[in-house]
Amino acid sequence: MSDDLKILSLDALHRDLGGKMVPFAGYSMPVQFPAGVKEEHLWTRSKAGLFDVSHMGQAVLSVGGGSHEDVSALIEELVPGEIKKLGKGKIRYSLLMAEDGGVLDDLMITRFPADQDREGSLFLVVNAAVKDQDYAYIAEKLAGRATLEVLDRSLLALQGPKAVDVIAAMDPEAATMPFMSMRRVTLEGMDVSLSRCGYTGEDGFEISVANEDADKLARLLLAHDDVAPIGLGARDSLRLEAGLCLYGHDMTPATSPVEANLIFALGKRRRSEGGFLGADRVLSELAEGTKTLRVGIKPQGRAPAREGVEVKTADGTKIGQVTSGGFGPTVEGPVAMGYVDVAYADEGTEVHLDIRGKLQPATIVTLPFTEPRYYRGPKK
Amino acid sequence: MTTKFTKDHEWIRVEGDVATVGITTHAAEQLGDVVFVELPDVGKSFDQGADMAVVESVKAASDVYAPISGEVVEANGSIVDAPESVNEAPEGDAWFVKLKLANAGELDGLMDEAAYKDHVANG
Repeated sequence: MSDDLKILSLDALHRDLGGKMVPFAGYSMPVQFPAGVKEEHLWTRSKAGLFDVSHMGQAVLSVGGGSHEDVSALIEELVPGEIKKLGKGKIRYSLLMAEDGGVLDDLMITRFPADQDREGSLFLVVNAAVKDQDYAYIAEKLAGRATLEVLDRSLLALQGPKAVDVIAAMDPEAATMPFMSMRRVTLEGMDVSLSRCGYTGEDGFEISVANEDADKLARLLLAHDDVAPIGLGARDSLRLEAGLCLYGHDMTPATSPVEANLIFALGKRRRSEGGFLGADRVLSELAEGTKTLRVGIKPQGRAPAREGVEVKTADGTKIGQVTSGGFGPTVEGPVAMGYVDVAYADEGTEVHLDIRGKLQPATIVTLPFTEPRYYRGPKK
Repeated sequence: MTTKFTKDHEWIRVEGDVATVGITTHAAEQLGDVVFVELPDVGKSFDQGADMAVVESVKAASDVYAPISGEVVEANGSIVDAPESVNEAPEGDAWFVKLKLANAGELDGLMDEAAYKDHVANG
């Protein structure tokens, strides 16, 4: 066991709860609790699961004395999303681009809400495994024009259909926050940033909280009958069913946003104007298409197809590769995603998976495997 | 009738010249929720230590090795249809295969229950 693993603020809580700790992205993290991956997954889909995602990177990008227009113009050099028109307190999923059009990370970009003195700043949440290189890259590209302040805070996610009731009991206004919005609120005396988003396909929240308050907040949430702790194992199966990419697996610096089938993350204006790193490749791929595409892959049998399994034609010609795969407890069967040649990327195409030397039939499907249940706002 | 164990967490119970083989309770607990089992066809022969079956949990795939050399005379199809039974009764109804012993002498090299418990505790 490596003893240079970083320790989360909730480490003692994870151990109290019987979490099985493993090294992940340089941190000691719970992969599962005694309930086990499958039960934790199903619990999150039916009630509310509490995830410690404090390993993720939180940072604030600012232009001193600047406006939203100033800071958004700068971040738009590095990401292909529409940030200039992002409203106050709104969150956007975007991609940190390499100069050659590859994806260096996926990230959440939040414009601070109106009631906060952070005009000219953006809140960024990036992946743990690449956060240090992300910070260095952003700082280098925007050197002298913006400052990046890395926050040492914890991040809790409460996900599932009961999450809103749990949060609204402390903060009634949370009930009507739309998906992909953020508010700064006080929960039981703790100053937190409450974002309605997540990585499970369920309604839910991510809560950025001071490290010294994290344990108190987590225990408060867990005291609720509908809330159970969830480990990294179920986090992975939940996001896989939801069709969400795991950076470093389903996307790498070699993959473009078009290949990754993340066109929704490219702002409409950005698609015509370009003006972001890698735009040459992205715009030409938008016009001319790509050789490969990320797709959903549903094995027809029971054998899970895991990362690295080759996708083949019936005669054994390789046409792609699984980048994430396993068993989906909600689907009650194996689920996978990966990249295939575009000729085989249409929904309903029959392909084969080379699992331990045997070709197993599978079907190309549209992601996600489970319908998202995000809250879009009050019913009109 | 005694039960023997391997360092790879298989158990083996011999009656006459046929051995019933499965994975131990410890192995099932370590795997977590079993979601898939692949068993060899009847009639197939394996050398001791060869990959014989596959068991997959939500987390990962693991090979199950032949604890002794022999020919498969029966495969437990019920665990293929209901993989979760491997978590429920790993050392009982959820056996994997029955092997006709090719070399009974190999049994002497396997662990008894006390030695296996020690292996799990200190392994």
